[in-house]
Amino acid sequence: MPSPFFYIFAAMMLSGGLMVIFMRNPVSSALSMVLSFLGLAGIFIGLNAYFVGILQILVYAGAIMVLFIFIIMLLDVKDEESHPRKGLAITAGVLIPVALIIQLAGVILTDDKSPSAPPLTLEAAAADYKQESVIHKKLSNGSLPDVHLIGRKLFTEYNFPLQVIAVLLLVATVGCVALSKKSSAPKDGAKPDKG
Amino acid sequence: MNPWLLLIIPIASAVIIQLGLKRNATASALLSTLSVASTFLISYLLLGKELSAAPIEWINIAGLQLDIGLQLDSLSKGMMIVVTAIGMLVHVFSLGYMKDDEAKARYFGCLSLFMFSMTGIVLASNFVMMFIFWELVGLSSYLLIGHWYHKNSAADAAKKAFLTNRIGDFGFMIGILMLWGIMGTVVFADMDGSKLSLLCTCLTGTVVLLIFCGAVGKSAQLPLHVWLPDAMEGPTPVSALIHAATMVAAGVYMMARLFLSLGITPDTAELIGSAPQVIAWVGAITSLLAALMATQQNDIKKILAYSTLSQLGYMVMAVGLVDANAGMFHLYTHAWFKALLFLGSGAVIYACHHEQDIWKMGGLFGKMKITAITFIIGTMALTAVPGTSGFFSKEGILHAAHENNQALFYIAVIVAALTTFYMFRLIFVAFFGKAKNEHAEHAKEVAPVMWIPLALLAIMAFASPFLGKLIPATEGYHPHLGFEINVVTIASLLAFAVGFIAALILYKGKTSDPVNIPLFRNKFYFDELYAWIIKIFQDALAAIVHFFDAFIINAMIIGGLSRSAVGIGNIFRRYAQSGSISGYAFLMAVGALLVIFFTVFASK
Amino acid sequence: MPTPSINEYLIISGLLFAIGLGGVIIRRNIIVIFMCLELMLAAASLTLVAFSRFNVTDKGLPDYDGQMLVFFIITVAAAEVAVGLAIIVSLYRARQSIHTDELTSLRG
Repeated sequence: MPSPFFYIFAAMMLSGGLMVIFMRNPVSSALSMVLSFLGLAGIFIGLNAYFVGILQILVYAGAIMVLFIFIIMLLDVKDEESHPRKGLAITAGVLIPVALIIQLAGVILTDDKSPSAPPLTLEAAAADYKQESVIHKKLSNGSLPDVHLIGRKLFTEYNFPLQVIAVLLLVATVGCVALSKKSSAPKDGAKPDKG
Repeated sequence: MNPWLLLIIPIASAVIIQLGLKRNATASALLSTLSVASTFLISYLLLGKELSAAPIEWINIAGLQLDIGLQLDSLSKGMMIVVTAIGMLVHVFSLGYMKDDEAKARYFGCLSLFMFSMTGIVLASNFVMMFIFWELVGLSSYLLIGHWYHKNSAADAAKKAFLTNRIGDFGFMIGILMLWGIMGTVVFADMDGSKLSLLCTCLTGTVVLLIFCGAVGKSAQLPLHVWLPDAMEGPTPVSALIHAATMVAAGVYMMARLFLSLGITPDTAELIGSAPQVIAWVGAITSLLAALMATQQNDIKKILAYSTLSQLGYMVMAVGLVDANAGMFHLYTHAWFKALLFLGSGAVIYACHHEQDIWKMGGLFGKMKITAITFIIGTMALTAVPGTSGFFSKEGILHAAHENNQALFYIAVIVAALTTFYMFRLIFVAFFGKAKNEHAEHAKEVAPVMWIPLALLAIMAFASPFLGKLIPATEGYHPHLGFEINVVTIASLLAFAVGFIAALILYKGKTSDPVNIPLFRNKFYFDELYAWIIKIFQDALAAIVHFFDAFIINAMIIGGLSRSAVGIGNIFRRYAQSGSISGYAFLMAVGALLVIFFTVFASK
Repeated sequence: MPTPSINEYLIISGLLFAIGLGGVIIRRNIIVIFMCLELMLAAASLTLVAFSRFNVTDKGLPDYDGQMLVFFIITVAAAEVAVGLAIIVSLYRARQSIHTDELTSLRG
C-alpha cells in the first residue's frame, strides 16, 4: 500500500477514535467508532488481509455498532453534559496514554531497522497446492486467494479452536437470554454472520 | 508366667469396662475383681523366683535410652503382694459396699486403672516410667475421689488432691532430670552410687530432696498433706486401697527404691549431705502434727486419714534415718491393718446409712460383732500392742530413731501415745456406750462379702510379720521379731498405757466431746493459711499477669499490630477503593505501565 | 511509491490503544467506556495483522496465523459485546443509571 493511502486511513482511524472520546452524545460516539473501524479496515486491506478487513466492517460496523446504537436508544441514555467533567480524570486520562506512547516510542526508536513490507511471491507459492485447486489457479494468476487460504487453515490447523469458539458463542447467546429474560433480547440477532 | 501380665490384665480390664461394659455393672465388677485376683495369683507365683522380663525399647537417642521394663527384685515383688492382695480384698469388699451405686461400672473401671498404674509404679525399671505411672495413679486417685462428683465437696477434694500433687511432682520431675544429669541414666539397675562421692553434697542432697518432693506430695507429708483428709470424700474402699495402703505409701517405696539404687546405707549417707535429716524431720513433724489433729476429729474417716498421715510420717522418718527397710516393713504391716481399719469404718458407715460422725454412733459393738472385733484388732495393731504386726514394725522405727537421734525418738514415742489415745477415743465413742442416733440403733452386721475381707485382713494384722518372703525389703533383710525388755520396748508400752488410760478416762461413756482444742480441730489452720497465701500471691501474680496481658500483649503488641493493619488498610480503602471505575482503570493502567517499565527498560 | 514501514503500523496501533485507554479513564458513560475497550482490542488486531503481513513465510505468502488470531479476537469480541450489553441493560434496570459516578458499590 502506498504511503498516502496509509496515512489517509490512519488519520481516519485515529480521528474516529478521538471522536469516540470527545463526542458527548453516545450515538455520535458509536458512529465515530464506525468511522474508526472503517479506517482500520482500509489499513487491513492495504496489508493484503482482505478477509479480516471485510470481517471488521461486517462485524463491527454492521453488527456491533447496531447493537450499541440499539442499547443506547433502548436505555434512552442522556449525554454527559449534566455531569461536569472532573479535571483530575482528564489529567489522568491524558497522562497515562502519553506515558504509554513515550514507552512505545522508547522501544521503537531504539531499533533503527524499520523494514517495509516484503514482497509476496505468489507464483512461487502456487507450487505447494494441487494443480486443479482454486488456490493454485489464483496464485498462478498472480492474485492472493485470501479467503481460500484462511478457510483452508481454519478447517485444518485451527479446527479445534473453531469448535470451541462455536460453543463459546452458544454460551454467550444463552447468557444474553438469561441476563435479559424479562425483556426481549434483540442483541442476539446480530451474531450468526460471524460464526 | 510372663510378668508382663501383671500390667496387661488390669489395663485390659479397665479398657474393656470403659469401652464395652459400661452398661453392665455386675459384669464390670466381676471382671475387675477377677483381674485383680489373677494379678494377685501371678504376684504370688513370682515370689522367690528369678525371672526377668524382656524390656520394650521406647526411646533410644544419643545419651538417653529408655525402656519400658520391669524391675523384679524382692522389694518390688513384696510390694506387689501388698498391692494386689489388698487390692483384691478391697475389690471384694466393694462388691458389697458399692452394690447399689449408680456408677458401679465406672467405679470398677477406675479401680482397674488404679491397679494398672500402681503396678506400674512398683515394677518400673526406671525413673521416667515410674514418673508416668506416678501421674497415672494421681489420675485414678482423682477419678476415684471424685466418684460422687455431683457432690461439690467430692469434686473439690479431687481437684485439691490433683493440684497438691502437682506441686510435689514438679520437684520430682526436676529431681529426675538432675539425677539423669548426674548419673547419665535413669534406670535403677544402672545407677552407680560411687559417682555421688565425686560431687558436692549440696548438689546430691538437693537431688535427693527434689525427688523427695514427689514423695511429699504423694505420701502427703508436710506441707503438702492437706489433700489426704479431704480425699476421704471418695468411697471408703478407695480410701482403704489408695489413701491408706498403697498409693500414699508409694512415696516411701520410691524413696526406698532410690536409696537402694544409689546404694545409700548408713555408712554412705554423708554422700547426700543433710538430706536424710531433712527427710526424717519432715516425717517426724508430719507424724506429730497429724496425730494431734486426729485427736480432735469427729468424722471416723478423717480420724483414720490423720492416722494414716501420722503413720506415713513414721515411715518417712525411717527412710530419713537411712533405715529404708524399717520404713518398708512398717509400710507392709501398716497396709494390712490400715486397710482393715478403713474397710471396718466402711462397714460401720454402710451399716449406719452413710453416717460418718462418731458422736452419732455408739453401741455398735453389740450389733456388729465381727466388724467391731476386727476393727479392734486393727486398732491394736496400729497402737502397737505387743504381738501384733504393728508392734514389731513400729519397734523397728523406734529403734532406728533411738540409735540415731534422741529428739526424733521422743517425738515418735509421743506420737505413739497420741495414736493410742485417738484410736481408743474412736472405739469408745463409736463402738461402746449408748447408740446416739436412730441409724446406729438399727445397725446390723454387714454381709459376708464385706466381713470376709475384714476377717482376712485381721488375720494378716497378726500374721504379716511372720510371712517373711512376702515382706518388701532388700534381699536378706529379716525384721526383728522378738520381745526383749529395753528402753524402746518400755517406751512403747508406756506410750500405749498413757494413751489408753487417757482415752478411757476422757471418753468412756461420754456423749459429747469433753475436750475442745480449736487449734487441733481446725488442723492447725493449714487450709486457711494456704488459702491466705494463695489469695495474696495469686492475686498479686494475677494482677501482674493481667497488666502484662491487657496492656502490653493485648493493647500494645496484638492491639497495636491490628490497629496499624486496620489503619493502613483504611488508607487504601479510603483512597484506592473509591468505587470509581475510572479510578480502577487508572490504577490498572499505572500498573501496566510499571510492568512495561520494569521488564523492558529497567532490566537493561 | 514508498510503502509504510512496520514501525509506522506499530505507532498508529499504539496511538489507537492509547486513545482507547484514555477514553476508559476519562469517560463516565459505561457504554462509551465499552466502545473504548473495543478500540483497544482493534489496536491489538492491527498489530497482529501488520506482523502477519511483514512476516512472510518461506513460500512467499503472509503468515496467516496472525490473521487467525484476529479472526478469533473478532468473534470473542462480538460475544463479549453481546453479553456486556446484556449486563449493562440489567444494570440499568437495577440502578436506573449507567453513569459510573453513580455506580460505586465497590467503595470500601
